[in-house]
Amino acid sequence: MFFLHSLKIIGHNAIAFIRELGKMGLFLCISLYYVFFPPFLIQRVIKQIHFIGVKTILVVGLTGLFTGMVLTLQAYYVLVTFGAESKLGSITAVSLIRELGPVVTALMVIGRAGSALTAEIGIMRMSEQIDALESMALNPYKYLVVPNFIASLISLPILTSMFVALGVWGGYLVGVNLTGLAPGIYYGSIADSITAKDLILCSYKSLSFGVLIAWVCCYKGFFAGYGSGFGAQGVSKATTDAVVLASVLTLICDYYITSIMIFA
Amino acid sequence: MIEVIDVYKKFGNQTILNGVNLKVEKGQTLALIGGSGKGKSVFLKHMIGLLKPDAGKILIAGQEIAQLHGPKLKALKDRLGIVFQFGALFDSLTVFENVAFPLQEKTKLKEKEIREKVFHELETVGLKDDADKYPAQISGGMRKRVALARCLIMNPDVVFFDEPTTGLDPVIAQSIYKIIQTLHRTRNLTALIVSHEIPGIFKIVDQVAMLHDGKIIFKGTPNEIQASANPFVQQFLHGELE
Repeated sequence: MFFLHSLKIIGHNAIAFIRELGKMGLFLCISLYYVFFPPFLIQRVIKQIHFIGVKTILVVGLTGLFTGMVLTLQAYYVLVTFGAESKLGSITAVSLIRELGPVVTALMVIGRAGSALTAEIGIMRMSEQIDALESMALNPYKYLVVPNFIASLISLPILTSMFVALGVWGGYLVGVNLTGLAPGIYYGSIADSITAKDLILCSYKSLSFGVLIAWVCCYKGFFAGYGSGFGAQGVSKATTDAVVLASVLTLICDYYITSIMIFA
Repeated sequence: MIEVIDVYKKFGNQTILNGVNLKVEKGQTLALIGGSGKGKSVFLKHMIGLLKPDAGKILIAGQEIAQLHGPKLKALKDRLGIVFQFGALFDSLTVFENVAFPLQEKTKLKEKEIREKVFHELETVGLKDDADKYPAQISGGMRKRVALARCLIMNPDVVFFDEPTTGLDPVIAQSIYKIIQTLHRTRNLTALIVSHEIPGIFKIVDQVAMLHDGKIIFKGTPNEIQASANPFVQQFLHGELE
């Protein structure tokens, strides 16, 4: 009896999981479809670029700066034991461009803008504002989802570049000013070690994370209340789910993009 | 104008609409009454195509709304308007912007024309001086009037009201009834008003229908419903427990 009951619960959860995946996939397809068809709501896209990109600059800048600083500091104490301090710039830049830049930027955007996106769209769902759009024969995907997709796609690569640039500069501050490394050696090792492949990898990652963040956060807000409770509790759960899912998927996605690109 | 034929709707195991049949003639005002949580709002969402019935047909102006797609659905929706229970105003836009929104998004009118039209509608609902306020800065009654103005700005033929006076004080409720009456008279609107404000709602409608257990158990004039021998109708009208 207990075995059957457990089997039933597992089956129920498996079906619910597959259904959710299907719904998410459909949401992504519909959203991407509308990205390419008019009307193009340029003003809304600009507004969302300001919300997702411009307002995240400070957070990403500070995070990038201190990540670069601490990374260089840690690397210095390892490299100095091998007498390889000249590789300090290389280690900092490679780590930032290949991994930390895109991933940490994405996590920062999820925390600052993604959660707010989910909450905003979720409240619109709960207070029937999305229904109001539909009742006016206006497409809610066009108004609420597509501008976030485009804004996220534009913002993430720019924010990632800023993160990397400030991280490298933070590394310079620590490597050159604190540990006494020559500036030429720091920058020279960066120039020697960074290849076009690293920059392409960084671009792929930031673009993929851009889509992923908009997808998960808009989806969770758009369907807030569907199985996540109603009212404030529903919005709160949708927001938490969005942040957790987007963060986990970012890390999973990061691994797969890296493994594909390394062997490509 | 509106014809509902044998409409069924279930959510999970719960049957909400269990064979609803209803007809509203052009230019007629009908009140749909019934207890809370009995499916009145769900019924209304079917009327504007937000929900699709599991079975049955909803014909509006002779067209089955659940079967329409693309431009045809858009054209039909342009003739419909809805005033949601809590207004459903866009909370990041001002009163003016909320009312102007459908015109800005769906027409090619110039800013000056939009401004004139918006202020005309705001004057109709008595909110001309509150155009710059945000929904959070106005009362529930004012929000409903803004929602009404937003709905009317596209000159719909049919308007659906979801509990337009619930939670409002009697004076504000009367003012909303008066606006609905005036609009009905001046614009020959067909209106379906979901409400459980009894007997206030009877003063402004031509017909009353009662939804009970997912079915329309009574339809007639306000006088007829008050004289009805149906025990459920009488229980609801007099607020008796059982």
